[in-house]
Amino acid sequence: MIEILSTGALATVQDLGRSGALRWGVGSSGAMDPLALAAGNILLGNDEGAAGIEVPVFPMRLRFGVDGAFALTGADVDARLDERPLLPWTVVRARAGQVLQLGLPRRGGHWPASRAYVCVAGGIGVAPVLGSRSTQMRGAFGGLDGRALRAGDTLPAGGTDPEPPIDGLGLVPPALSLPLQADGLPAMRVLPAAEYHHYTAASRAAFWAEPWKITAQSDRYGYRLDGRPLEALEAIEMRSHGIVPGVIQVPPGGQPIVQMRDAQPSGGYPKLGTVIEADLWRLGQAPVGSRVRFIECDWDAALAALAETRRWLDEARRLVDLQRLQPARQ
Amino acid sequence: MNASLSPTMSVLGTSALLFEAPGDTTLATQQRIWALAREAETWPEVREAIPGMNNLMLSFSRPPLTLQALEARLRDAWSAVEPLALRGRVVELPVRYGGDGGPHMKDVIDHTGLGIDEIVERHSAPLYPVYALGSHPGYCYLGGMDARLATPRRKVPVLRIPGGAVSIGGAQTGVSASDGPSGWNTIGCTAMAFFDPTRDPPALLQPGDSIRFRVEQVIR
Repeated sequence: MIEILSTGALATVQDLGRSGALRWGVGSSGAMDPLALAAGNILLGNDEGAAGIEVPVFPMRLRFGVDGAFALTGADVDARLDERPLLPWTVVRARAGQVLQLGLPRRGGHWPASRAYVCVAGGIGVAPVLGSRSTQMRGAFGGLDGRALRAGDTLPAGGTDPEPPIDGLGLVPPALSLPLQADGLPAMRVLPAAEYHHYTAASRAAFWAEPWKITAQSDRYGYRLDGRPLEALEAIEMRSHGIVPGVIQVPPGGQPIVQMRDAQPSGGYPKLGTVIEADLWRLGQAPVGSRVRFIECDWDAALAALAETRRWLDEARRLVDLQRLQPARQ
Repeated sequence: MNASLSPTMSVLGTSALLFEAPGDTTLATQQRIWALAREAETWPEVREAIPGMNNLMLSFSRPPLTLQALEARLRDAWSAVEPLALRGRVVELPVRYGGDGGPHMKDVIDHTGLGIDEIVERHSAPLYPVYALGSHPGYCYLGGMDARLATPRRKVPVLRIPGGAVSIGGAQTGVSASDGPSGWNTIGCTAMAFFDPTRDPPALLQPGDSIRFRVEQVIR
């Protein structure tokens, strides 16, 4: 059991997302940095898709109701357990009554990131709705009552744990082991979408060559980007069609919006491209006010990127399992 | 509409394939899209086949190594499908047009050149078939709106309109099932429960059902 003592806005229970419900207009939700959530779960011996707490605004304080292990992944924040500073991306044991405080992401940190994940051994045990524990904000279901967490909330956590997690076990974060940059800025690969050639050559060139700023009007629904307005060759009025997280829509004003995890599963604005699934975690960690670059890629490169993140997770699992085999560590 | 004579296909990252039927948006085409969805859902790469407005999104359970075979299979299936004439229920929704619940009625008046009474009459006359679900839980995309009412989506999407908002976006109309952002023009409001996640199925309406808007009030 976990009690939220204090929290900033928009902390939510998330797993890797809700699938199979698009037929009813229900999008995926799920962690903005699924790699961080999966990695935290792997460290703890959980299924990759166990639910954790996504924390985008700091500080946050919570109290552990029972003994258990946890791991903080995602952004490298100033974290303490009863005043003891913690390493990120590392398994930590908590005793009942101990307070975990997440402070601000460290300035001049090793990698720019904005969201932290509190993963617990056994996962956050809210009831799944339509097959997932992710919070569906629009419609208010899933996670904890379909809403952001508040002070005073209690979350069921942990459970029977046949393989105790290994205290102190850690992982090198993917921002360091799977870097991707363009001219010193974090970059994401993009596959052109159906309306890509509806934009002027100058706009398309600028899209790839110039940095884009994550404006303050950016959240789990979508990231509104600031940069050179994109010009279409002619006005495009489209029919509503299915979309996925990562789709880069361009409303008539010319400022692109990247659809993120809580995006509508369909839309009618023209699409320039789609941030590939394998790189969505990078964008999900880009802080408001930061700038990013987009890199054009093709189908094969996008699949290769997916395979690379799959390998990274499999390797993490292998490392954790190898540690289990060493009796001295238990 | 899809201005080419043949269907177009494109990818949405590695997550999905989008299929656009050619020509104007019609119920007959939508019935073929429903049939295509039924078939595509049986394919191993496809987790869900999601109809849109005369289009279909295949969300991948696992993206295929190459796209050519899937695209060919989809093209062949499209040539072969017969329209699937689903016939469901008719649900009647009382609507208060204009006023605070219809903040963009003036924009529709300005764009179409019609008066509010003619807009209300033209909007409430048809029986609207549910073409597809999407946008947000329980939301129905409807066909059959009078073309004279068409008003482009807003240049800047509105950050929050309430559940029950009755709106026009381009040549389409629809009713919001819950609070949230929208790029459409809201002309009125209704009270209705479109989605309950504890029910099976959770959505009240599905493709093949129809909606009729009944004029409860016109606020000038």
